[in-house]
Amino acid sequence: MPKMRYQQAVRLAMTEEMERDPNVFVCGEEVGQYQGTYRVTEGMLDKFGAKRVVDTPISEIGIAGLATGAAMAGLRPVAEFMTWSFALEAMDQLVNHAAKITYMSGGRIKCPVVFRGPAGVGTQLSAQHSQSMESWYAHAPGFKVVMPYSPQDAKGLLKTAIRDDSPVIFMEHAGLYGIQDEVSDDPDFCVPFGQAIVRREGKDCSLISYSRGVQMCLKAAETLSKDGIECEVIDLRTLVPLDMDTVVKSVNKTHRAVVAQEEWKNVSIGSEIAARIYEQAFDAMDAPIERVAGADVPMPYAKNLERAAIPTDTDVVAAVKRTLA
Amino acid sequence: MARTIAVNSREDHIKTEELQELYRLMLLIRRFEESVYQKFHENKIGGYLHRYDGQEALVAGVVPQLRLPGDYILCTYRDHAHALACGTSPRAVMAELMGRATGCAGGKGGSMHLIDPDRGFLGGDGIVGGPVPVALGVGFAIKYRGGNDVCVVYFGDGAMNQGGVHESMNMIGLYKLPVLFILENNQYAMGTAVSRSTGQPDFVMKAAAHGIKGEKVNGMDLFEVRSATRRALKHIRDKGESYFLEMSCYRFVGHGIGDDNTKAWTTYRSEQEVEEWKKKDPLLKFQAYLEEKGILDPAKIAKIEEQIHEEVMDAIQFAESSPEPPLDSLYDHVYS
Repeated sequence: MPKMRYQQAVRLAMTEEMERDPNVFVCGEEVGQYQGTYRVTEGMLDKFGAKRVVDTPISEIGIAGLATGAAMAGLRPVAEFMTWSFALEAMDQLVNHAAKITYMSGGRIKCPVVFRGPAGVGTQLSAQHSQSMESWYAHAPGFKVVMPYSPQDAKGLLKTAIRDDSPVIFMEHAGLYGIQDEVSDDPDFCVPFGQAIVRREGKDCSLISYSRGVQMCLKAAETLSKDGIECEVIDLRTLVPLDMDTVVKSVNKTHRAVVAQEEWKNVSIGSEIAARIYEQAFDAMDAPIERVAGADVPMPYAKNLERAAIPTDTDVVAAVKRTLA
Repeated sequence: MARTIAVNSREDHIKTEELQELYRLMLLIRRFEESVYQKFHENKIGGYLHRYDGQEALVAGVVPQLRLPGDYILCTYRDHAHALACGTSPRAVMAELMGRATGCAGGKGGSMHLIDPDRGFLGGDGIVGGPVPVALGVGFAIKYRGGNDVCVVYFGDGAMNQGGVHESMNMIGLYKLPVLFILENNQYAMGTAVSRSTGQPDFVMKAAAHGIKGEKVNGMDLFEVRSATRRALKHIRDKGESYFLEMSCYRFVGHGIGDDNTKAWTTYRSEQEVEEWKKKDPLLKFQAYLEEKGILDPAKIAKIEEQIHEEVMDAIQFAESSPEPPLDSLYDHVYS
């Protein structure tokens, strides 16, 4: 398999799907002539033309409406938000329209739309540009929510998203765009939703995460392994649907769990995972579930404060040690 | 034998049968709407309930001009008339209002979310301004696929103060999409008069600011609505760009049933004002015209009234005897 960067894997998924299905198109701010703010759509305008790679004004409500309405009328839009922070502008079109139209119509309308773009925290982007808000979308019935960690998953999950008949929230991580790994060049390769993957096997503690959180968990597992503590690292891949079977199977083996995420701790994905572990595997647990998460503050700008607000592998190591104490 | 009425040009040579059909449609809408408050008070209908009394010409002058399916319609929560005009059966509409499995959305939508995609009706929308961004997408899809279909989007004067409406109008103007805007200017955004909600009440000018041609139309007159719509549709189908019609009109009832129950509407408009507008009743005006032309007479009107009464009663009976949605359907349709 060829090696490529995460952002190239995202592009390859869109390119292959646009070649396969003429109803697939891409729209968003700076996706065409500018070649993508993060170069994700680089070259696509030349390849597919302005009809299918649609530059929009800076109008997130308009972008979300364009994609939602086009999906309701039978197309398969892939709408890019320059960053997920800007999607807040479009919440009504996303939550009240895209996510609900199928249910409100008693199943008479499909809304096969993908909303994608970079999420994640860091690089001193400060409060309005550095945040992770996946739980907002996971909270709203009607969305599927995908947060890939590896380039291979970025490609395979995006292809599944584009082929799905329901609206999909696809959150890439800007901090992962540069990572390089093997990616399938098989145009039929898709990664199904609702299947977590065990990134590292272990017997002492389960580390449950997604997106860039997987990176810090793998690093923590490496560190702990030197002390003889073997952690199992689970990459959820999709938050909705959520593969609790893999999680429960793991905690039944390890009897301990740490849920790690970049997003705020309060009322978050970690809260949900922890609650579900208690519901489904309470008797298996030998220690309280630990949560590693972003500090519940708007992201500060100053380097030292930002560092203190973003969780790291060191926090995961400490959390694992608490479960073993 | 079809007879062509051509008294003056604004009637665009409408056949007698079509005139009668338009009258039937407007009367059906009026009588249907008059029936729903009672059903609400009988606890048969819940939620919010917004009637279209007084605005009938805005659908009767537009929807029959469309090619359905093919063209698309989106509208607001004041949507019963639009469904009926699209050809959704009164039974399916009433059943939806009563939350029954036989409703046009299987009982999951209710009054504000009537829908009938088989007839191009992509639904009512509970959010002020909400359907306009969606219309941008539908118009985009029409252009993307080719052909000269049109997406008609209804929205109110209140929606003209929503940011998303202007984002979408700008993009529709920019991309030159086949969208027909029907601004239902019934003078009040819930209880807030146009003069109290905008510093620039010239809505046609606002459309022009987005590169969209438009005109102001007397929405109380079926013929004016109809001929403006025909002009607009021709413009859109020929040139592939949007058109904006501001329809001046008036709702004879309150914003919703709560408004009427509490008579809250007296806080923002006088009974005298309502009575003045009722003198321009588009249904009665059209009826008088048809009588004057000898197309209708009191006996014919009584007969049509009776047929419509039976149709509405049948819809009510059908809805009331229809089952509720099965409980095990609660989680159906969250995803496709």
